[in-house]
Amino acid sequence: MSKAAPRGANSAPSQRPLSDTHAPNEGDGVETSPSVSDRIAKTTCYMCACRCGIDVHIKDGKVRYINGNKDHPVNRGVICGKGSAGIMQHYSPARLKKPLLRTGPRGSGEFREIEWDEALTIATERLSAIRRTDPKKLAFFTGRDQSQSLTGWWASKFGTPNFAAHGGFCSVNMAAGGLYTIGGSFWEFGEPDWDNTRYFMLFGVAEDHDSNPIKIGLGKLKARGAKVVSINPCRTGYNAIADDWIGIRPGSDGLFVLALVHELLKAGRVDLDYLLRYTNAPVLVVQEPGSADDGLFVRDSDGNSLAWDRVAKQPVSAAAPEAKPALTGSHEVGGRRCVPVFQLIADRYLDDSYSPDAVAQRCGVSADTIRRIAAELAHVAFEQAIELPIPWTDWAGRRHETIKGRPVSMHAMRGISAHSNGFHTCRAIHLLQVLLGTVDVPGGFRFKPPYPRCAPPGPKPCGKNAQPMTPLDGMPLGFVCGPDDLLVDEAGRPVRIDKAYSWEAPLAAHGLMHTVIRNAWAGDPYPIDTLFMYMSNMAWNSSMNTAETIAMLTDKDEAGAYKIPFIIYSDAYYSETVPFADLVLPDTTYLERHDCISLLDRPISHADGAADAIRHPVVQPDRDVRPFQSVLIELGARLGLPGFVEEDGSATYRDYADHIVNHQRTPGIGPLAGWRGKDGGSIGKGDVNPDQLQRYIDNGGFWHHEFADGQRYYKMGNRAYLDFAVEIGFIAKAEPIVFQLYSEPIQRFRLAARGHGKMQPPDADRGRIEAYMDPLPFWYAPFEDDTVDLEKYPLHALTQRPMHMYHSWGSQNAWLRQITSQNRLFVHRQTASKLGLADDDWVWIESVNGRVKGQIKLIDGVNPDTVWTWNAIGKRHGSWGLKDNAAESNRGFLLNHIIGDQTSADANGKRYSNSDPVTGQAAWFDVRVRITKCSADEAGFTEPQFERFARPPHFESSPDILRFGAEFRVNREAAE
Amino acid sequence: MTCLPAQTDKKLGLVIDLDTCVGCQACVTACKEWNTGGHMAPLTDIDPYGGHADGVWFNRVHAYEHTTERGGRTVNFPRSCLHCEQPACVTVCPTGASYKRASDGIVLVDESKCIGCKLCSWACPYGAREFDADVGVMKKCTLCVDRIYNDNLAEEDRVPACVAACPTSARHFGDLGDPTSAISQLVEERGGVALMPELGYKPTNRYLPPRAHSEGAAKVDAPALEPIKAEGGFLGWIDRMLSN
Amino acid sequence: MHPAFSVVFFTTATGAGYGLLALLGALGGLGFIPADFWLGFVGMALALGLIVTGLLSSTGHLGRPERAWRAFSQWRSSWLSREGVASVATFIPAALFGIGWVLLGKSGGWVAVAGLLVAAGAVTTVCTTGMIYASLKPIAQWHSRYTLPAYLIFAAMTGSVLANALLQSFSLGSSAILALALLATLGGWVWKLATWRYNDRLEIPTNANTATGLAGGTVRSIEWPHTEENYLLKEMGFRIARKHSAKLRRITQALAFVVPIVLLILVFMAPWPLAAMASALVAVSQFAGMLVERWLFFAEAKHTVTLYYGRE
Ligand SMILES: Nc1nc2c(c(=O)[nH]1)N[C@H]1C(S)=C(S)[C@@H](COP(=O)(O)OP(=O)(O)OC[C@H]3O[C@@H](n4cnc5c(=O)[nH]c(N)nc54)[C@H](O)[C@@H]3O)O[C@H]1N2
Ligand SMILES: Nc1nc2c(c(=O)[nH]1)N[C@H]1C(S)=C(S)[C@@H](COP(=O)(O)OP(=O)(O)OC[C@H]3O[C@@H](n4cnc5c(=O)[nH]c(N)nc54)[C@H](O)[C@@H]3O)O[C@H]1N2
Ligand code: SF4
Ligand code: SF4
Ligand code: SF4
Ligand code: SF4
Ligand code: SF4
Ligand SMILES: [Mo]
Repeated sequence: MSKAAPRGANSAPSQRPLSDTHAPNEGDGVETSPSVSDRIAKTTCYMCACRCGIDVHIKDGKVRYINGNKDHPVNRGVICGKGSAGIMQHYSPARLKKPLLRTGPRGSGEFREIEWDEALTIATERLSAIRRTDPKKLAFFTGRDQSQSLTGWWASKFGTPNFAAHGGFCSVNMAAGGLYTIGGSFWEFGEPDWDNTRYFMLFGVAEDHDSNPIKIGLGKLKARGAKVVSINPCRTGYNAIADDWIGIRPGSDGLFVLALVHELLKAGRVDLDYLLRYTNAPVLVVQEPGSADDGLFVRDSDGNSLAWDRVAKQPVSAAAPEAKPALTGSHEVGGRRCVPVFQLIADRYLDDSYSPDAVAQRCGVSADTIRRIAAELAHVAFEQAIELPIPWTDWAGRRHETIKGRPVSMHAMRGISAHSNGFHTCRAIHLLQVLLGTVDVPGGFRFKPPYPRCAPPGPKPCGKNAQPMTPLDGMPLGFVCGPDDLLVDEAGRPVRIDKAYSWEAPLAAHGLMHTVIRNAWAGDPYPIDTLFMYMSNMAWNSSMNTAETIAMLTDKDEAGAYKIPFIIYSDAYYSETVPFADLVLPDTTYLERHDCISLLDRPISHADGAADAIRHPVVQPDRDVRPFQSVLIELGARLGLPGFVEEDGSATYRDYADHIVNHQRTPGIGPLAGWRGKDGGSIGKGDVNPDQLQRYIDNGGFWHHEFADGQRYYKMGNRAYLDFAVEIGFIAKAEPIVFQLYSEPIQRFRLAARGHGKMQPPDADRGRIEAYMDPLPFWYAPFEDDTVDLEKYPLHALTQRPMHMYHSWGSQNAWLRQITSQNRLFVHRQTASKLGLADDDWVWIESVNGRVKGQIKLIDGVNPDTVWTWNAIGKRHGSWGLKDNAAESNRGFLLNHIIGDQTSADANGKRYSNSDPVTGQAAWFDVRVRITKCSADEAGFTEPQFERFARPPHFESSPDILRFGAEFRVNREAAE
Repeated sequence: MTCLPAQTDKKLGLVIDLDTCVGCQACVTACKEWNTGGHMAPLTDIDPYGGHADGVWFNRVHAYEHTTERGGRTVNFPRSCLHCEQPACVTVCPTGASYKRASDGIVLVDESKCIGCKLCSWACPYGAREFDADVGVMKKCTLCVDRIYNDNLAEEDRVPACVAACPTSARHFGDLGDPTSAISQLVEERGGVALMPELGYKPTNRYLPPRAHSEGAAKVDAPALEPIKAEGGFLGWIDRMLSN
Repeated sequence: MHPAFSVVFFTTATGAGYGLLALLGALGGLGFIPADFWLGFVGMALALGLIVTGLLSSTGHLGRPERAWRAFSQWRSSWLSREGVASVATFIPAALFGIGWVLLGKSGGWVAVAGLLVAAGAVTTVCTTGMIYASLKPIAQWHSRYTLPAYLIFAAMTGSVLANALLQSFSLGSSAILALALLATLGGWVWKLATWRYNDRLEIPTNANTATGLAGGTVRSIEWPHTEENYLLKEMGFRIARKHSAKLRRITQALAFVVPIVLLILVFMAPWPLAAMASALVAVSQFAGMLVERWLFFAEAKHTVTLYYGRE
């Protein structure tokens, strides 16, 4: 074998270099040792939000080659299909070149180029007028950027509550479902213990944010022969390699999971010890129907929740380590009847309505399969339990000689979250994990620091009383613990333009970006002046009901003024949204700027350590573009926002790089956790280190702190971990984090719906709050199932992310688009034959919201009642530097056209956003459709079609032939 | 020289694990970006932004559905040159441009000799030859001959670009002529197969079949769950458990 | 396989050219055809003209035609190289023969030797051409025992039809040649029918299972690695509808075999110049028919690479 030490992910003996890597003497003249690069710059990939470490090889001043950084904790040397195609993104012909000011009608694409100073002056004047009068008239919404700690802070200093990033249309159900339950979440805040798990269940994942880590992990499971079970209507990608594929009917996972819970409870296969130690299972819940504390926890005068000590036969603090709490029974405390949480759980899920036989048909999964999976889970969790010989100490100071684990792990993402019942389904999965005792244990699902945090975590959303020239008293986004924390006015009307934290979406931890355009257009709850967006293609693939959204962006009032008066947008490329902006701020590419992947934002930590990272310019822009964050900082300074200017009015930060190093959120805590302190000697907290960025660059662009063995598991109750978490600033107090199987904050909303408390829902919303703010997870049908005629629209329609494309921005990539430039609608073979459809037919895909045309492909590996397509392949003519005959705009289609952005009117005539009623998460996957064959003259091209965008000034037409790399060879051969 | 070496010192090749490949295309674009600036540079793309995009790629990933009486499976299937032991792509070549290296068995095209007659692509059953219409010559997977021996790369990086990239570790590289090599043992263990063996090209590369169809699939032999029968049912059981 | 016109024309034209050349060489050299200058000149021009335009047309298929000379080097392994060598080598005796038979009006002796060498060279060249196709294992329709004989038979057929037309137009019609043309055409027809029958019943052991190594059951392509057609599909993924190919087979048979046979029988009886005109018509019809046949030869040939794309 090779002398080289195995490093990184692909270092199995069969993946290493030859034992002798000297070129053999073949004599064929092949240059086996050409020089590869003049220099290697290590930075962070941004072909997707996974944020892998990359080595960018620069040759002759151009990017020659990008590969994975072997030392990087995220990708350990591997790189995905997008990452390797970064070159083509960086040199894309669709790159914007200069600030643009609209000259033609909105949406035409007619612009003139302006200088940066003019652009910033226009923006400053506009925003400054808003700030002086009514700051919430600025709606600032950003996409899948990784600088929300900056953008949110900017919004807060500006004084508008109307800020959010894309999480609301993405996966807030997963984030909130987890954070309110276990103080961490699937999304990016946890991962399976890939090295120890023996049974892995994957719910509704095609690709995920954790792109490479999941792939690396699956590779490990496969190499070890661990069992992979996929629950997914579609059998592609990760689900293709599952040992067991369960082609569930969309939207029914909650039932499936609760049936597993039913089976486990019935058989007594739950981890009682774990429940007692780490969850609120023993906590007493008041059972006094009609009273204001019904369903709330019984607490002592210090506010500690109480349990029933089954030995002492009296209430004790649930947190008391020496207590012997009961899990069952009905007790009386202070004259109130109460029962432990666990009794409520047993009562609910042991009911026959959750039995496998009762749910099988609705799930499209046989009762036998459900029983088998339950048996397998129990068997692996309890008969194959593992023990690592690592001593550790729990929060109460008890020392354990080993770490015990139950090697069952789960992961779930948008197949769960993008339904209107996703929040509760996500909670149901966490309930299942916790009952099995598998959260943050060896072999189970593990938290990534800074998680776990208190469930729900600390800060509350701010901005209830936004005032001119006044910063908010905190950040716009946070976690509500009850109606008092909502952002609503006296009448119960939403304070935020997106209606987040209102009765329509109480736990909207990430805002509702998908409602902004409609609400701003409708002036509901109020009109705004400026819509400021960054890095999200809202006029196309990130909107539901796209055609109508486009119409709202261009709609005018009687006076002929646009209903959304002013739109500022920052994009790096000529996307479908750019033509709708009045002012375009062109961004750099990811290889040309500083970025900060911060622990204050969406960190890149992994279960065994904390990490953060930077991007830094590895090549210089050849266009008049500026990094958006630096532009935002300059805008902040021009506006004189507190925190952005010194007392003398001068700018506090030169640019983003300066901000990353010098900004302190609270004393000692800044965007980056590594190499803090004057000498770079401290981590987490510490003084500003002027050399910090260089230290990152020298270390390959990232910082990584690996935990000691005894800190790696049971983080919710691990003394050494909790102490460390406090020390580094992840959490405020080293107290154990208790999993909230029963959620008291949610019950508080239900009590309000029942008339208790001073914050009362408007009557129109009362029924919804009562129904959906259930403190225990439950299942209800996705809304569209109940509101559309299922005879007429019998099929579910889904999208999946192609692993080689990132939303809309992959199609400008000369390499990636060759792989997929037309998306087909995949239809089950039997379903197609029933409908008289054949392979390659063109069909209308119709929902109650409209119709779109596409071409079908027949397959077997899909739930028969489900059709699906690749997400965001369809493109609008004129965008992305594509030619007029590009398949994306002629044959590819966008399913979003037929996904409604609102529910059907309810009994009160009220329409809600098409979202989860708890969190406001967009319900992309609820849509029901029918498909019918096109007539012969309709076949061959997609509809709807939209007018072609004009090209921005100085856009050359995209090349007809690409010989990328030829120059390296020519130069190399010339040098020889 | 298009006569084949009687034997080669090594039989370098790839092994692809179809049980693990998720079809992510990482190997595809990693191959493209390495090679477009590498030995056979460029890997030209014709009409890259238009309706008939057609580029040169040395590695392409298909997706199939394999259905047997035991059920169905979706299989992602990367396809590149198999560096055959009896490659007619070489022997048909009229110019000597195509050849098989005697040292390591890699099949290469010497572009400077190629007249672009395309016969080798007709002779390759596996579709592993890629014609660069812009340059007018045939190109193909080089097994990263300019990486695996490259002194300018760190030793640990001297593996094919596609193998280094693959996030699931589904790709393996080594000497398949040496039965003791790790890769040969992997093939042995997992019952690696050759493609179209009936044509007699004796491909060097091997594919490890998906396990879901075979005895090797991960299984859990769990006894069925029995409801608690004892007194008080589940809740009674809990009380007893906790009082122990 | 994609029926590129340059290749279709190349094999048709050189087949006819070498067939005629072989007949002229053998029969002229041995004196069975009189050494008449104009007859010889036109005959040799026709044969060599077909060969040369065919060869030139084939270089139109090359990506780097300027390097075509390199193709002579690999005669030890490559049939294409051997074809190149044989075709060029045949020009040497052909030149000698031309000098002797056409310019000097001689036959017998060294002219006969040269003529026989020409014939041998032509036959060899046709064999090498046939072997290029017959040796390609990925294309079962070509990799059969029918392919090489087909090349020889069709060369003999088109060559003798041309020879007959040539002699007839010089009013030197020979019933032996006429009979040869007729018999060869009949033979060609039978051979083509037999080939089609064989191909239509061909059971190819190579299928999507062996191509992917996925044993048993069905293997269906659900996604290509690329949306648009690539080189492989353009070159080897050519598909022809059954209906279409049946029609083209009928056209082939009509033009290449039926019309020629009927007309050749008429030629037996018809007086000059009718016989000459009919003979010329036979040649033209058959050449057109053979172009269609050759087109079908490609179009109906299925390359194993199509298995990867779910194109059976
Ligand atoms: N039907 C359907 N629709 C969906 C989904 C689905 O599953 N199905 N998923 C939803 C989800 S979860 C999400 S997150 C959204 C994503 O949808 P979007 O948020 O619209 O994401 P992208 O399409 O990636 O567009 C991001 C924009 O950022 C621009 N951009 C790229 N790089 C840069 C840069 O460096 N700087 C700047 N300033 N701009 C840049 C791109 O050009 C593009 O215009 O789609 C949603 N839409
Ligand atoms: N390559 C690539 N990677 C990406 C992105 C990208 O665009 N491209 N986008 C990034 C973003 S913003 C996000 S949010 C993540 C999302 O990553 P994923 O969570 O993987 O999102 P989707 O691709 O929408 O996949 C949803 C999956 O859920 C399944 N599904 C749908 N409904 C149900 C259901 O009811 N039950 C079950 N069990 N399954 C269901 C679908 O079949 C599909 O496989 O990916 C990120 N990573
Ligand atoms: S997973 Fe995302 S961040 Fe990582 S290499 Fe791929 S595109 Fe880049
Ligand atoms: S796979 Fe094809 S190109 Fe590669 S060696 Fe075998 S026959 Fe030749
Ligand atoms: S295309 Fe080039 S390599 Fe292929 S057979 Fe012809 S000359 Fe040889
Ligand atoms: S070995 Fe190299 S050339 Fe061949 S497929 Fe892999 S990356 Fe491409
Ligand atoms: S990189 Fe690996 S997992 Fe991805 S397609 Fe290639 S072989 Fe399959
Ligand atoms: Mo997302």
